Amino acid sequence: MAEQSELQYTAEHEWVLVDGTTATVGITAYAAEKLGDVVFVDLPAVGSAVAAGTVVGEIESTKSVGELFAPIDGTVLEANDAVVASPELVNSDPFGAGWLIKVEFTALPALLSWDEYRALVGE
Amino acid sequence: MTESSSTPERYSPLHAIHVAAGASFTDFAGWQMPVRYSSDLAEHHAVRTAAGLFDLSHMAEILVIGPEAGDALDYALAGRLSAIAVGQAKYSLLLARTGGILDDLVVYRTGEDRFLVVANAANRELVARELLDRASPFDCEVFDESDDIALIAIQGPRSLEILDQTVGIGVDGLAELGYYRARSGHYEDVHELLIARTGYTGEDGFEIYCAPDIAPAIWEALAETGAGSGLVPAGLASRDTLRLEAGMPLYGHELDQHTFPVSAGLGRVVALAKEGDFVGRAAIEAGPPADARVLVGLSAEGKRAGRADYSVYCSAEGGDPVGRITSGALSPTLGHPIAMAFVDAAHSAVGSPLFIDVRGTRIDATVVPLPFYKRESK
Repeated sequence: MAEQSELQYTAEHEWVLVDGTTATVGITAYAAEKLGDVVFVDLPAVGSAVAAGTVVGEIESTKSVGELFAPIDGTVLEANDAVVASPELVNSDPFGAGWLIKVEFTALPALLSWDEYRALVGE
Repeated sequence: MTESSSTPERYSPLHAIHVAAGASFTDFAGWQMPVRYSSDLAEHHAVRTAAGLFDLSHMAEILVIGPEAGDALDYALAGRLSAIAVGQAKYSLLLARTGGILDDLVVYRTGEDRFLVVANAANRELVARELLDRASPFDCEVFDESDDIALIAIQGPRSLEILDQTVGIGVDGLAELGYYRARSGHYEDVHELLIARTGYTGEDGFEIYCAPDIAPAIWEALAETGAGSGLVPAGLASRDTLRLEAGMPLYGHELDQHTFPVSAGLGRVVALAKEGDFVGRAAIEAGPPADARVLVGLSAEGKRAGRADYSVYCSAEGGDPVGRITSGALSPTLGHPIAMAFVDAAHSAVGSPLFIDVRGTRIDATVVPLPFYKRESK
């Protein structure tokens, strides 16, 4: 599990961990808290192409439905089957075991720093 | 119904306790109320298996007092309130002249000439105004006491033992108090309480009406007493899934001014046999429009729930919607999606196969009887 300060963020409340040309993507603790208990996660198929800013998955709680936006252009390398089987991981460990997808990318767009994201959510 | 954004936020007398407990808040009819403390699923399960503590201080309480208070309510509301005994409660409806529902309420008879009407927070002004207006020909007075009454609910199978053991709460014969019955009690011998065996969760439980200044002490006494029995504070998120499983309507979702009681399965609440006129009678006797949709329960498999405003179809593709969901969730108790929906009468029979459009994908659903969940009777 990476330090939150070392991750990058989107305005749609995703975090991105960059390792070479692979980006691991999840939703932030703030987003998980706002959603409430997550009961269903729908993730894109491995091998599918995703485009930055488009909806690629869904995160449902008892109360509402959150959309998963792709933070970058690329190809889905891996989807977290553990979180599909146990959606509560999104709440219990959003920055760790609750990660959602890994995307292979060629170019990294401008993302928010931890300080910028904290300012965005007013914390 | 929503308040204008310029309305100042209102806070429950228990707000500081909720903040200290780490609650998340949501705006509910202009009030900042706890939506959850930690986990809405855990709070939901606690109410089904042990007990939950709810702050309902946002709800509206209106007193109708006088020799003709019962007659006034018979005219003002759908039921025959003059017939209920002192200490009894009754679920009722405030109808529009056109037959639709302006609010659903619980009426307690707290004295021969005294009734307490409990309405939804969002409808407080409307209900107070309508009761005042409708009661004006009768020998009684109407007082909106909402600002001076707080409401705490303890719900769940262990509610009775917890309430019974809570030091300071004095009420006689709690165990014998029947469902939809209420009696007065005291907190620390001096503060008056009304304790009712009512609720909105489908479980046994009690609702405690008290003065706002003693609400924090009562809340903390209950929380402390119940902690060892699995009692947890529970927010509005769990309250919503609990009442949905119990098939209970929520104003603004299942009920509104265009919906006739009979269409929402509440025909029994309207006392057409009562003597004299009541507001909405002529329209109710004429009945809803022939094409009015009716409220049904829908059950589905899997994990993807249909939610409020999702369309319902009678075929796997194409065609026009035959209905619309008013409330829906993945049922925490049952483990599969459930929903309440208004559908065309032709598709309302139990067992009818329907399809819910979940954001572009139609999922199979079946019309099932309400409620979805019923507690085992002892």
